[in-house]
Amino acid sequence: MKTPIIQARGLSRDYTVGAQTVNALIDFSIDIRHGEFVAIMGPSGSGKSTCMHLLGCLDTPTAGKYQLDGEDVSTLDADALAGLRQRRIGFVFQSFNLLAGASAIANVELPLVYGGVPRVGRLAQAAAALDSVGLTDRAHYLPTQLSGGQMQRVAIARAIVNRPALVLADEPTGALDTQTGQEIMALLAELNRSGITIVLITHEAEIATYAQRVLFFRDGRLIEDRNASGDLLVRPPSGEDKL
Amino acid sequence: MKLSDSLLSAAASLRANKLRTALTTLGIIIGVAAVIAMVGVGKGAQLRIEEAIQGLGENVLFVRNGTNVAGGVRGGANTKISLTEADAAAIVTGAPSIRIAAPTLRATGQIISGNTNWFTTIYGVGDAYLQAREWQIGTGRTFNPNEERASTKVAIVGQTIIEQLFSGQDPVGETIRVERIPFRIIGTTRAKGESSWGRDHDDVVFVPLSAARSRLDVGKRYRGSLVRDITLKAHSADLLETAEQEVTDLLRQRHRIRPGAPDDFYVRNIAQYLEARAKSERTMAYLLAAVAGISLLVGGIGIMNIMLVSVTERTREVGLRMAVGARRIDILVQFVTEALAVSLIGGVIGVALGLGGLAATAHWGDWPLVISPLSAVIAMGFSALVGIFFGYYPAHKASRLDPIVALRRE
Ligand SMILES: Nc1ncnc2c1ncn2[C@@H]1O[C@H](COP(=O)(O)OP(=O)(O)O)[C@@H](O)[C@H]1O
Ligand SMILES: [Mg+2]
Repeated sequence: MKTPIIQARGLSRDYTVGAQTVNALIDFSIDIRHGEFVAIMGPSGSGKSTCMHLLGCLDTPTAGKYQLDGEDVSTLDADALAGLRQRRIGFVFQSFNLLAGASAIANVELPLVYGGVPRVGRLAQAAAALDSVGLTDRAHYLPTQLSGGQMQRVAIARAIVNRPALVLADEPTGALDTQTGQEIMALLAELNRSGITIVLITHEAEIATYAQRVLFFRDGRLIEDRNASGDLLVRPPSGEDKL
Repeated sequence: MKLSDSLLSAAASLRANKLRTALTTLGIIIGVAAVIAMVGVGKGAQLRIEEAIQGLGENVLFVRNGTNVAGGVRGGANTKISLTEADAAAIVTGAPSIRIAAPTLRATGQIISGNTNWFTTIYGVGDAYLQAREWQIGTGRTFNPNEERASTKVAIVGQTIIEQLFSGQDPVGETIRVERIPFRIIGTTRAKGESSWGRDHDDVVFVPLSAARSRLDVGKRYRGSLVRDITLKAHSADLLETAEQEVTDLLRQRHRIRPGAPDDFYVRNIAQYLEARAKSERTMAYLLAAVAGISLLVGGIGIMNIMLVSVTERTREVGLRMAVGARRIDILVQFVTEALAVSLIGGVIGVALGLGGLAATAHWGDWPLVISPLSAVIAMGFSALVGIFFGYYPAHKASRLDPIVALRRE
């Protein structure tokens, strides 16, 4: 069997605010295989975003070990992590996070700019990504000239423009109406069918039904790990196990 | 990230905040323009003084006749005529700092050649005077000792005389009439040009001192061997003050002036005065340039201030850029490029404005136009440095942002 794309063992993340320490994520272990569609659920403040930041190499754990595609990334420095994100990971955020002054296509090509892709190739790749989210005719619109759903499509195009293996989405439908949210989910499901591993945070049960596997968090801990049919999956090995 | 991409990105974000960019640039524009203008004005001042010194001749002093006091009424300079040719001879031998002492007479009057005439100044001098004042002989020759002794009716004329009486043709061998007495032209002097004050140095005729004394009206006023003044040339600029003292002592002794009684002559140390003025004007101009430099620095602080605001405002943007793969150096370069672009644009406009200001001063303010390409280059370089220096800290701050903190920022 192929190495899981995500292997986390005993990941913890503490935040120190003044004299207080917040255990945002506690002893999180999981294996996620290539091509899986995973939803993360849980109440606000339960550590979902913290978990996603660690999985997305935006942050480094206070304790534990994390292997992305078999490579140990828990010890890499900031610039190495940036390179890793550029090549392997795409992000989609609740608030879209598009550059206000840049056109749709300019937003989409941003990861390629940092990847050092020459301008001509960049534009072609960005145009293809926009096409795959159905926004070819909006390539030169500014974000302010797009609807919420369209902005999120641009953000998805940006997330997939560098052909990442993993797309992480933090409440991508949170700022959209139900109808538009469904459309975005359909798009993510389509990406997943093309082989991209997707990890998605949501607090809507309906959204979570698109996933094959749902993780529940509470107070920084993973408390449940179910497949689509509701079966409790075998808990992944605990933190003491060697990778 | 490539440099061209950094430039495009900087241009985009500067455009996004046009008014802010313009105001920030204004600080640099004012600073650079002020530096350019002040350096130019300083150089102009220096040039004016240098011209004046050149017109005067290096290390030149003048001794002039003193003031007549009759019944408590003081008559002004040159009313008590006591200087003689013998005084001049005594100064050369008796004042070690003095190289040349040239006695002179001076008259003004109409000179005539053929059917044209011209009002000018006539100097009764010797070759020593021409040397002291650094007049160069153009065509022809200078006076010979014979002519100087024998009151020969020969003349050396300046360029303006050639223009006015001989329409620019070489006048050597021609005759001019001074007070109806014919003088043969034996030589011409090279142009000294116009001083910055508009005085024409070249509007002049030289005749031998002895000829002026015996043939022109001026000789009636300066009887015996009396002269109007004595032009002195010291050996060096350092000796000007010593020379002044030596000449004063010597003349007081020769004129038998009792201790405590006033001099019956004036020693005028114009060269030293000009040197001193040149120095103070230079100092003033550089002081102003330094103040202008400080305003450039203030402009730089303006850049830093705005960049810090910009970094704070764009925290989410920085986080997003990091999320999609920007390394710290990419963020650093992006913000430094923005600061640098502001300061360079400001530098270019400032140089143009400063030079324009100088040209305007030269045009309307009767001031020599001195454009120093070096000062433009230095001002540009300095404003680039200001941009990098004051842009670096905010850029560094941005590049050190934690992506998750930056992304969470609302
Ligand atoms: N940068 C931070 N500094 C301090 N505390 C933080 C920081 N980020 C998150 N937290 C805390 O960590 C906990 C988990 O946050 P988060 O992962 O964002 O929860 P969720 O996404 O499930 O709502 C919360 O209590 C939150 O206040
Ligand atoms: Mg969250």
